[in-house]
Amino acid sequence: MLRPVCPLGAIPRGEAYRWAIDPPVAIFHTDDGEVFAVDDTCTHQDASLADGWLEGCEIECPLHSSRFDLRTGQVDEPPAKRPIRTHRVEVIDGVVHVALSDLEAGRV
Amino acid sequence: MLRIAIVGAAIAGFNAARALRRQSFTGEIVAIGAERHPPYDRPPLSKAFLTGDCSAPDLALADPDEDLDVRWKLGTLAARLDPANRRIVLDDGEEIRADGVIVATGARARRLPGADGLANVHTLRTLDDAIALRAALLGARRLVVIGAGFIGAEVASSARSLGLEVTVVETLPTPLAGPLGTEMGALCARLHGDHGVRLLTGVAVTRLIGAARAEAVELTDGTRLPADVVLVAIGARPNVEWLAGSGLDISGGVVTDEGGATNVPAVVATGDCAMSFNRHAGRAIRVEHWTHAFEQPATAVATLLAGSRRAPDRPDVPYFWSDQYGVRLQFAGHREEGDTVRIVEGDAEQRSFLAVYERHGRPVAVLGMNQPKLFTRWRRQLRAPGPVPTAAP
Repeated sequence: MLRPVCPLGAIPRGEAYRWAIDPPVAIFHTDDGEVFAVDDTCTHQDASLADGWLEGCEIECPLHSSRFDLRTGQVDEPPAKRPIRTHRVEVIDGVVHVALSDLEAGRV
Repeated sequence: MLRIAIVGAAIAGFNAARALRRQSFTGEIVAIGAERHPPYDRPPLSKAFLTGDCSAPDLALADPDEDLDVRWKLGTLAARLDPANRRIVLDDGEEIRADGVIVATGARARRLPGADGLANVHTLRTLDDAIALRAALLGARRLVVIGAGFIGAEVASSARSLGLEVTVVETLPTPLAGPLGTEMGALCARLHGDHGVRLLTGVAVTRLIGAARAEAVELTDGTRLPADVVLVAIGARPNVEWLAGSGLDISGGVVTDEGGATNVPAVVATGDCAMSFNRHAGRAIRVEHWTHAFEQPATAVATLLAGSRRAPDRPDVPYFWSDQYGVRLQFAGHREEGDTVRIVEGDAEQRSFLAVYERHGRPVAVLGMNQPKLFTRWRRQLRAPGPVPTAAP
């Protein structure tokens, strides 16, 4: 089910929005204009990926520099071992909509 | 090289093995670890592990999908390095011959003289230490922490969240004055009081009172602090004694250049045990932080495999973090006496700020309290290539 989250205009390119649901979701607007939604909490230890460093389609955790591919959720660089969940995004009439993954959080 | 031995099986040793494979070493890897546990991550030991929010299996460093093809010799101490004959002698008598050696023996907790043998006096460095400390805290009411450094502060925070009455004793007038300077050290130390932990500074411990157990901690001003559990958190010492007689320079740690090369060919050192030249600091320093032990093995491995001294492309800018009382502290760079510091964002009263340390008007270090996003930007700037101003005379 698609749920409206925020206007795309509220997330400048290169920035992220932390959607404070449980568990929280990070929505990234890349420099190229793509929008991705993934679980916000790093699978390694407790850190918000929305606070991380966005480069291309990759997010680097602000705490220990684990890197995840936003397209797949896969770990590009440790220390994280487990992927993050990815959520489907659609921008409808300028509003970011997210369909949460059916997978159980932390069990990807 | 056909066989490389890694001495030390914590994060630096584990990442040395990973770096060897990533750098296409196809020979045999033998890793010798003093602890009985497979390589694990230490930072949660003072935090989530102590509070019961994670357990030992969560700490494993190995990724089940990654086969490093390492022969782990765990629960074994290296007793001697004999570079002339390319061998390591273990405490069980076994000898391991290797064409290259990576020394990653880390550090151990400093102990308080006279405290050994007292059942309720703990240090925290290893998983076994953390298991014992957690068990002790669960049945206790009063904890006295000796030392207000990062480990002491984090354990104080964890114990407080478990409901204990906690007192922290610090010899220095200002905790963390070494790494953070007095102004920022004082700001960070306020977190203790914010959360109902008593902090006593500028006072030393004279002795622990009790026979089989410490019943109280006696201070230089005569105060006696009753205690059910005592944590001694007064720093760490590098594990380098086993290298005596090897020919390695071990003054203050295994002395290396920026690339991890020691004064002995085919022997490199990395992690907490290494006293390495650091371009950012402008001198040799021994760094005890996780990120250093995580990242630097790749540099030492490249040096070992190249067989010659080489400088890394990018300077290592020290970085550490500490989670205390629900507050995240992050620090990057290297502070020297005489550097100035100012808060450039946020408000210390709100426990959320970013402070920049400057030398001759140029940023050399940055401290964030609950400012992860801004901190990351500053940290990346510090890592950008460029000369670092030398320390004030």
